[in-house]
Amino acid sequence: MKFDTPAATNPIDQLKVVGKPTSRIDGPLKTTGTAPYAYERHDVVPNQAYGYVVASTIAKGRIASIAVEEAKAAPGVLAVVTHGNAGKLGKGDRNAAPLLGGPEIDHYHQAVALVVAESFEQARAAAQRIHVEYERAEGAFDLAHARETMGDDPEQKKEDKTVGDFAAAFDAAPVKLDETYTTPDQSHMMMEPHATIAAWQGDRLTVWTSNQMIAWAAADLAKTLEMPREKVRVISPFIGGGFGGKLFLRADTLLAALGAREAGRPVKVALPRPMMANNTTHRPATIQRIRIGAGQDGRITAIAHESWSGNLEDGKPETAVDQTRLLYAGANRLTGLRLAHLDLPEGNAMRAPGEAPGLMALEIAMDEMAERLKVDPVEFRILNDTQVDPENPERPFSQRQLVQCLRTGAERFGWSKRNAEPARVRDGRWLVGIGMAAAFRNNLLTKSAARVRLDNRGVVTVETDMTDIGTGSYTIIAQTAAEMMGVGLDKVVVRLGDSGYPASAGSGGQWGANNSTAGVYAACVKLREAVAQKLGFNSAPDLAGVQFADGQVRSGNRSVPLAQAAGEAGLSAEDGIEYGDIAKRAQQSTFGAHFVEVGVDAATAEVRVRRMLAVCAAGRILNPLSARSQVIGAMTMGVGAALMEELAVDTRTGFFVNHDLAGYEVPVHADIPHQEVIFLDETDPMSSPMKAKGVGELGLCGVGAAIANAVYNATGLRVRDYPVTLDKLLDGMPPVT
Amino acid sequence: MRPFTYERAGSPAEAAAAAARNPGAKFIAGGTNLLDLMKLEIETPAHLIDVNGLSLDRMEATPDGGLRIGALVRNTDLAADERVRRDYGLLSRALLAGASGQLRNKATTAGNLLQRTRCPYFYDTAQPCNKRQPGSGCAAIGGFSRQLAVIGGSESCIATHPSDMAVAMLALDATVETVRPDGATRAIPIADFHRLPGDTPHIETSLEPGELITAVTLPQPLGGTHIYRKVRDRASYAFALVAVGAVVQPDGSGRVALGGVAHKPWRVAEADAELPKGARAVTTRLLAGAAPTPENAFKLPLVERTLGSVLAEAKG
Repeated sequence: MKFDTPAATNPIDQLKVVGKPTSRIDGPLKTTGTAPYAYERHDVVPNQAYGYVVASTIAKGRIASIAVEEAKAAPGVLAVVTHGNAGKLGKGDRNAAPLLGGPEIDHYHQAVALVVAESFEQARAAAQRIHVEYERAEGAFDLAHARETMGDDPEQKKEDKTVGDFAAAFDAAPVKLDETYTTPDQSHMMMEPHATIAAWQGDRLTVWTSNQMIAWAAADLAKTLEMPREKVRVISPFIGGGFGGKLFLRADTLLAALGAREAGRPVKVALPRPMMANNTTHRPATIQRIRIGAGQDGRITAIAHESWSGNLEDGKPETAVDQTRLLYAGANRLTGLRLAHLDLPEGNAMRAPGEAPGLMALEIAMDEMAERLKVDPVEFRILNDTQVDPENPERPFSQRQLVQCLRTGAERFGWSKRNAEPARVRDGRWLVGIGMAAAFRNNLLTKSAARVRLDNRGVVTVETDMTDIGTGSYTIIAQTAAEMMGVGLDKVVVRLGDSGYPASAGSGGQWGANNSTAGVYAACVKLREAVAQKLGFNSAPDLAGVQFADGQVRSGNRSVPLAQAAGEAGLSAEDGIEYGDIAKRAQQSTFGAHFVEVGVDAATAEVRVRRMLAVCAAGRILNPLSARSQVIGAMTMGVGAALMEELAVDTRTGFFVNHDLAGYEVPVHADIPHQEVIFLDETDPMSSPMKAKGVGELGLCGVGAAIANAVYNATGLRVRDYPVTLDKLLDGMPPVT
Repeated sequence: MRPFTYERAGSPAEAAAAAARNPGAKFIAGGTNLLDLMKLEIETPAHLIDVNGLSLDRMEATPDGGLRIGALVRNTDLAADERVRRDYGLLSRALLAGASGQLRNKATTAGNLLQRTRCPYFYDTAQPCNKRQPGSGCAAIGGFSRQLAVIGGSESCIATHPSDMAVAMLALDATVETVRPDGATRAIPIADFHRLPGDTPHIETSLEPGELITAVTLPQPLGGTHIYRKVRDRASYAFALVAVGAVVQPDGSGRVALGGVAHKPWRVAEADAELPKGARAVTTRLLAGAAPTPENAFKLPLVERTLGSVLAEAKG
């Protein structure tokens, strides 16, 4: 189904199932421990052996020698894989560095070997008996230093987006700001580590893994192993969190496949927690310079945002300036990305890549600018709202309720009670402050397909390679199929995460919900047509006058059970959604506003969040319950980003030092006292027949800045370097009395 | 994890004797720290002696009005004990500030005293660490040191001791009771129990090879106000940036011990004497000679400010 004109009224608009708060249909499996995760799939293939990864202990250089004899002789060992015996390997399109290193080493904890043994313990013990001699090479590990030395690269500046004359307008602006903000490297640290079971049947390979994007994983696995794509099958029905860390083929999958080939039997591999930070991808650190000029009337006349990040060869920059191109008005604009070469592990997508760190900076800058203008921060944002793409004023937003989000949030949070003068509110030993920030994240359209089958009991089975990374995909897909076919959720079966199913949008970039359900919609439209035809209801175009409801198909006075159409053989339909240039004609984005109250311990400067509110406008909310869970999870991640999460770089040897969950702190329950989420009524007919957009990343965008701004309101101390830890506040705190 | 042999000891003295017979042996109680370290091959004992069955899990009053805490009393039980909550509130609060409910259910009194540092370089076997591998060097010096020691460190090691409980034990003048392989017992004042790193950071306590902790004894209650303030980046389940344990009497006298600043729980007798003069005077004595890194220099003002807040709270 081609989607290139705004959606008209369609069966989804009935909202009998879609749009209702619905508990996750996979919930009982999760809560009873019976949802099968990759590493636990003992049943899928017999005789599984265990692989354990050996990781590089240098960041850059080469392997001079690698001695495997002692490991091979260790109890239970079946095989050892290194670059020496792995055969010729390609590199996936989405990997910056090879997943099996050697002889060249590209980053710390790059895999250099896999030991396969009868038991996990034997494999782990033998992995310690692999002896690698390295020749260490100099590397670049310090982003701040790289930024100082790289200078202006005209090639990179060519890509800058400019409107008007930023320099002149900024010069002329009566009120201006020129500040630099930093965000650190962050780790996804999802609950379930990367894990895979691999089995070969002749020249065919099956992997049971944990991956957000089945089609990407299959393609890159085939490419890396230099085998035909159609001989690779990827299965990933349940995923214990991904946050972008499982968008790509990673070492667990490749090494399980190589280990299984070498050992001649199925092999399972999980990455140990301490390898997660340096072996896989992470959100790269940024240094962001923001300049804003405004008139005394509070209107922005000039805005510039430049961001520096680093990556390996073939790696990309963190796109931290993207939201600044679209969020606020202003006639003169400049945005640009600067990429430095660093020999740290690969930087890549983590939840709301670009916007999350970008807004952490921009929305502090907006708070600072409002203060300089003596305008309320909420009003300052409203004053500079734009209903069109500022780089291309002919191009409107498909929907843009930022102002409504801000106003609703301000009212519900009690913003008017905020004391605009910082460090004035005290509650016992706590300095109390409130802050806010705008939330913004684009809505991305990408094709997505599904297959639906109807059987003679009236059960509708949906198959698509869409994944559920803890987001609720199973449930919203079931709701979609139920709405379209006029059956209850008890008559819908959803099967996901298998490359044998039609290719979906996958889970990433908050594009999963809208696109994957739109794909199911398309397949269901086809199935409805097949049903109608079978039952002789196909007179009118678009099935006008034919209703699918309560397990019946009705037209005029005639009503036939849906199951009857299936017959013994069943009916099946496959289709997908594909988009024309609709996203070019209007800008599709999601909007929100975050409000936060913090307490800062007057003595120790410990920051604790007291309450949070998010107001979101993100198209039709397919399931308010799972959408709320998405947003509060994202807000929690925002607390981590604001207050504690930082991969500490050892710039001497080039690795992330705090590479476990004792050293890399993420919020615990005690850090998250009270969260509220409001969804504004919105349908976006430009987004898809579902009229939905995504919320999973919107909920994170802006949270960090709202917290930093609340800390400023509490203390009068402006911290521009995340995370906002107490050591950055202590100097300015009032004397202890 | 390396292969190891395992036995259950029949008595404390037998356990100590077994340890002496098996070089490289380790006692195992709750295992909350040791097992993790064995998986990473940071600890590689050839032999484990399980002491869980030794009936060392009781608490009893001592003749002089103190409390004798068996080595195997679990952290949860110790923190919840009515006598501890009433008479040694500092200890109860310190315990509850540490780890998680699940870990406290397993962790023991003796094991808590013996837990290893959380220095990230100690945990990464690819990095030099004099504590893990004597003579290999210290990657933490000049590296990521925000969490590490500001006082009492050496050119070999700037690790901190992670225990909260031990800070309270130090402020309360506890005594560590042990049995040696020859069956002899001794009582070690807690102040003499943990060592500074010097050039042997791998030797962390004054225990002799094979010596087994059997109990920790608290002297009679001190009265006063007991406050344990643990400062950290998140609200729970994190090691201290600094921790202040204090017992403050109505006349302003009292005791102070610190966590998170040194290779051992930190207390200075002369600093206690300064308590009536306030936080600055105490901190000046407590942290005299401190040598922080640029990354952890904030701990010095943080100690003073935290102590100031604790003393204000004690005053009520």
